[in-house]
Amino acid sequence: MQFGIFSVGDVTADPTTGRTPSERERIKAIVAIALKAEEVGLDVFATGEHHNPPFVPSSPTTMLGWIAARTERIILSTATTLITTNDPVKIAEDYAMLQHLADGRVDLMMGRGNTGPVYPWFGQDIRQGIPLAIENYALLRELWRQETVDWSGRFRTPLQSFTATPRPLDDMPPFVWHGSIRSPEIAEQAAYYGDGFFANHIFWPKEHFQKLINLYRERYAHYGHGTPEQAIVGLGGQVFMRRNSQDAVREFRPYFDNAPVYGHGPSLEEFTEQTPLTVGSPQEVIEKTLTFRETFGDYQRQLFLMDHAGLPLKTVLEQLDLLGEEVIPVLRKEFAKGRPAIVPDGPTHAARVAAAAETTEALEVAK
Amino acid sequence: MSALRLVVVAAGLSVPSSTRLLADRLAGATVGQLRYSGREVDLRVIELRDLAREIADNLVTGFPPPALREAIEAVTTADGLIAVTPIFSASYNGLFKSFVDVIDKDALTGCPVLVAATGGTARHSLALEHAMRPLFAYLRAVVAPTAVYAASEDWGSAGDAGGGLATRIARAAGELADLMTGRPVPAHATADTVVPFTEQLAALAVSRQ
Repeated sequence: MQFGIFSVGDVTADPTTGRTPSERERIKAIVAIALKAEEVGLDVFATGEHHNPPFVPSSPTTMLGWIAARTERIILSTATTLITTNDPVKIAEDYAMLQHLADGRVDLMMGRGNTGPVYPWFGQDIRQGIPLAIENYALLRELWRQETVDWSGRFRTPLQSFTATPRPLDDMPPFVWHGSIRSPEIAEQAAYYGDGFFANHIFWPKEHFQKLINLYRERYAHYGHGTPEQAIVGLGGQVFMRRNSQDAVREFRPYFDNAPVYGHGPSLEEFTEQTPLTVGSPQEVIEKTLTFRETFGDYQRQLFLMDHAGLPLKTVLEQLDLLGEEVIPVLRKEFAKGRPAIVPDGPTHAARVAAAAETTEALEVAK
Repeated sequence: MSALRLVVVAAGLSVPSSTRLLADRLAGATVGQLRYSGREVDLRVIELRDLAREIADNLVTGFPPPALREAIEAVTTADGLIAVTPIFSASYNGLFKSFVDVIDKDALTGCPVLVAATGGTARHSLALEHAMRPLFAYLRAVVAPTAVYAASEDWGSAGDAGGGLATRIARAAGELADLMTGRPVPAHATADTVVPFTEQLAALAVSRQ
């Protein structure tokens, strides 16, 4: 089981002071948060990708490359990489490059992006969102797996005798998750390839995601990748903690009430009841997070959203201390209890390279 | 035969409201017609006023709180719908439209609907024809030919001979009941069907050598 954080990368005014950080400040803050994540013992840091204000992370591999140079252990990932509007050739090259620099500590989460105007900025059309996600990803897989690619599709110029460079580290492409909040087509796509499925259920009630994840698990088994329990599932989460529950609620309320995504709607109390958001003590966060497993089955990766809605860097770093010291160690222990042996761990480059070598060896022996 | 599910949506804002009064009379007449044809009816009345905050929350967050989710489910699985709104500024009121806005646009396909409205004056009665009917046409619902408008004066008049309110209610209820009983199979698409991935891929005609 892997634990980490994911950042949307919004530049939002702190509602308690009215102060908006500069882009430079926010970018440096995201980096400081990533370094802190490794320091407190988290397994994954994932950045969003956006091409419109108020978001800053338009160039994920630049940022992740910088973080890779300053870290040793943490897996660098995305939440999400826009498979619809990025050229798959560029994704193949950028992330293979990052793999080499980060010694394999790289995976990606594919997403479509739901902001209509972004598509035409990159020569695409949001009405083709699903076909783009399907075709671009099919090409991306080829680029990583075939040395020389001849290819033609609907959405980009054909490729003849093309080799994406550098080749993936150890001939092992980065592990891929597919993120979706709505579309069964994407759960189906993840299942077909035996990739991971990440349900960012932080804004919606669980029933909706139960359906999506169950579908993914069933189809994963249908396509012969393993049993439904062996499908690779990731979940979102959102927490704000103080040792004393009341302090957490008091401090977070103005950020909640003014948050760009859900502010000016339901009360904090209603929202915490209806969604995975937990505002309270570390113990409450532990209890709520443990219910995810009851709802969705044993899973592989838990990412928390910690820096958004204008929370100051100092506060976010304090949150990460609490997460690393008081929450994650307990969650690791509790999630391990009763976890069937057949349920795989969260994917790592080293483990996947070892598994591939084992398969090759088994094939040789069979010959 | 299983009971037919008739759902009434009333968007009146005062308590008690003339919109609810009209809704109840339409519901009563429709239930009467259906029972007369030998059908059992499950009647459910949804007052949107009770869900006003939940509807606003859904607009902001993108998902319905529990009470609203339950109401949406009732509406989208109904065998027939009676939709009644007060006319504000020449159209359905904002609460009514906001409720419709949080329902999936395909969820009412084929559903028989009776549209009705209330207002202070009969001069606004055509709002039913230029606002309510097109709204449900967009949703591909089957709207009964008679739309019922009740102005303040209708409640006081005893003039039920000819085109009076009672006559219009009876005619509209009869039409809705006919649509509900004449309906072969519920058109609501309830099962989430997934197109197998190979078909999705094949549709794109990607070629590789």
